Amino acid sequence: MSGAAAKAGPVVIDAGGFDALIAALAAEGREVLGPVKRDGAIVYDAISGQGDLPKGWVDEQSGGHYRLSREGEAYFGATLGPQGWKRVLHPPQQRLWRTEGTGENTGIIAEPLDTAKRAFIGVRACDLAAIAVQDKVLTEGLYKDPHYAARRENLFIVAVNCTRSAATCFCTSMGTGPKADKGYDIALTELEGGRFLAEAGSAAGEARLAALPSAPATDAQAREAEAGIAQAAAQQRRIDTDGLPELLKERPDHPRWSEVAQRCLNCANCTLVCPTCFCTTTDEVTALDGPETERVNRWGSCFTMDFSHVHGGAVRKGAKSRYRQWMTHKLGTWVDQFGEMGCVGCGRCISWCPVGIDITEEAAALRGSGG
Amino acid sequence: MLAPDLHTDPMVPVLARVTRRIHELSDIVTFEMEVDGWQGFAPGQFNMLSVFGVGEVPISISGPLSDRSKIIHTIRDVGPVSHALCALRKGAVLGLRGPYGAPWPVEAARGRDVVVVAGGLGLAPVRPILYELIENRDRYGKVTLLYGARSPREILFAEELGQWRSRLDLGVEVSVDRGDEHWHGHVGVVTGLLRAADFDPANTTAFVCGPEIMMRFAANGLVEAGMAATDIHLSMERNMQCGIGLCGHCQLGPVFVCKDGPVFDWAFLKPLMAVKEL
Repeated sequence: MSGAAAKAGPVVIDAGGFDALIAALAAEGREVLGPVKRDGAIVYDAISGQGDLPKGWVDEQSGGHYRLSREGEAYFGATLGPQGWKRVLHPPQQRLWRTEGTGENTGIIAEPLDTAKRAFIGVRACDLAAIAVQDKVLTEGLYKDPHYAARRENLFIVAVNCTRSAATCFCTSMGTGPKADKGYDIALTELEGGRFLAEAGSAAGEARLAALPSAPATDAQAREAEAGIAQAAAQQRRIDTDGLPELLKERPDHPRWSEVAQRCLNCANCTLVCPTCFCTTTDEVTALDGPETERVNRWGSCFTMDFSHVHGGAVRKGAKSRYRQWMTHKLGTWVDQFGEMGCVGCGRCISWCPVGIDITEEAAALRGSGG
Repeated sequence: MLAPDLHTDPMVPVLARVTRRIHELSDIVTFEMEVDGWQGFAPGQFNMLSVFGVGEVPISISGPLSDRSKIIHTIRDVGPVSHALCALRKGAVLGLRGPYGAPWPVEAARGRDVVVVAGGLGLAPVRPILYELIENRDRYGKVTLLYGARSPREILFAEELGQWRSRLDLGVEVSVDRGDEHWHGHVGVVTGLLRAADFDPANTTAFVCGPEIMMRFAANGLVEAGMAATDIHLSMERNMQCGIGLCGHCQLGPVFVCKDGPVFDWAFLKPLMAVKEL
């Protein structure tokens, strides 16, 4: 991602153009990742062309429910799977350093940065917003996560505007989608008949698009794309964020927290699928056959007991205080810390909660008096 | 402060070497250590200390103030990492990252009375404040240190406390929860010492460090004595994995204790500390 905004108008590419784009990105030495269907879900993995995409599959999502089924002929009909791009940029495990030698001869070897060039294909607007949120947390403070920053630096992003939403989506309420408005190199909107309306969002994207076989988009095609995006927006649930940060912070003893704690299993699924959750726990890994040791960061979760452990025990001992911490952070204190909410409206936490706790429903309930 | 740089990894420690080990109390050890290129610290800041093969914990810096040839840490043996730290001997090598955190606003107290209230091991993070006050004694008004320990045998830095007590320009009072047959001093919680302390509440800065419940009582006692909540500073303890605002563990409502604190004023903390399990 670099350079000025695109000047050229939208163009239309077909499946052959899509394949040419993937091939060109791969020819730059990029690892090209996109949506594939595996184990009954959409996950992001290596793709070499449109043949790898989950064409003709759509998702059905609701609280604690995710299923894929056959419907239509769209390449990007299925929306979000459980894993966001966080899994690549801020992986579940990250070695930080290792030692060589002991005592006076101890050497600390920093883990090399991952400078591999990658292209993400099919990044939805909510996930683009999530990447921007993690950029702010991990690279824009006084101290930076150099591993995240290195992966981020060499990234080419092809966004896909949603023309269909899952029932769990609420990006419209969060102001993050369903149309990508920034943070991409190229944005695609899928049209009928396996074609894509393509717009550049960076100089690199513009150059890449210009080299593809394409035709200027007609007014009818532009209208079709906008209608698809409007349809996706209309299919969503809503959350009222007006005054929500203050409300959450002012109601730490609202009875709803105790009610949700009765259902919450403290399993941490929501924090794992959340594309903005950034917390890590640091582990010491020692070799069985020698004195060497290594320090590894893994995803942490505020739903675990040891997350808040200090001398004397955990600060947040119960499910009530842990769920309250997670949700108040997402929709409230994140604003104090980073100037924006930590929720992008992707709805993953709703689908992948084993008991179907719905953050939009909880936020609405906390507005009431409870009981 | 360490310079933030994309291409240096703030999670990678430098090597420190133990140059002196002082067995303070049954479960508390003070270490002097040296680190190449140490640039000093401000009172209230902490380092992340690593024992290779065991792990890393945040430990406040207990001195010295102006001598950059050494770093002093006073550590209680409470968990696996602090246990391994306390077992280190002279010459041992450990990992160190820091200094981190927002310091006590000591210099902002110049021209004012200063009250320092410490409980137990909480004396270690405030000791650099005392060094600053003593080093620049004429720049501050009346200085009072109120220290509470569980028993006479658990009084930290007893020799230094004795030296401070003998100074005419410091008011030092020590209280213990339970006395013994040799103890002739105060008995009771440290906040009980506040009533007799001599300071002008309208022109005083207070620094409080100790267990959370003790800090709450001390802060409330100082407010009752007439102090403004914004003049009372507390040092908070929370789980820290990184010390630099990236791991998320130390959150206390809207702040990261590691980078926004650990020192906060009572006006900010009071409503947060009133919430159970925040």
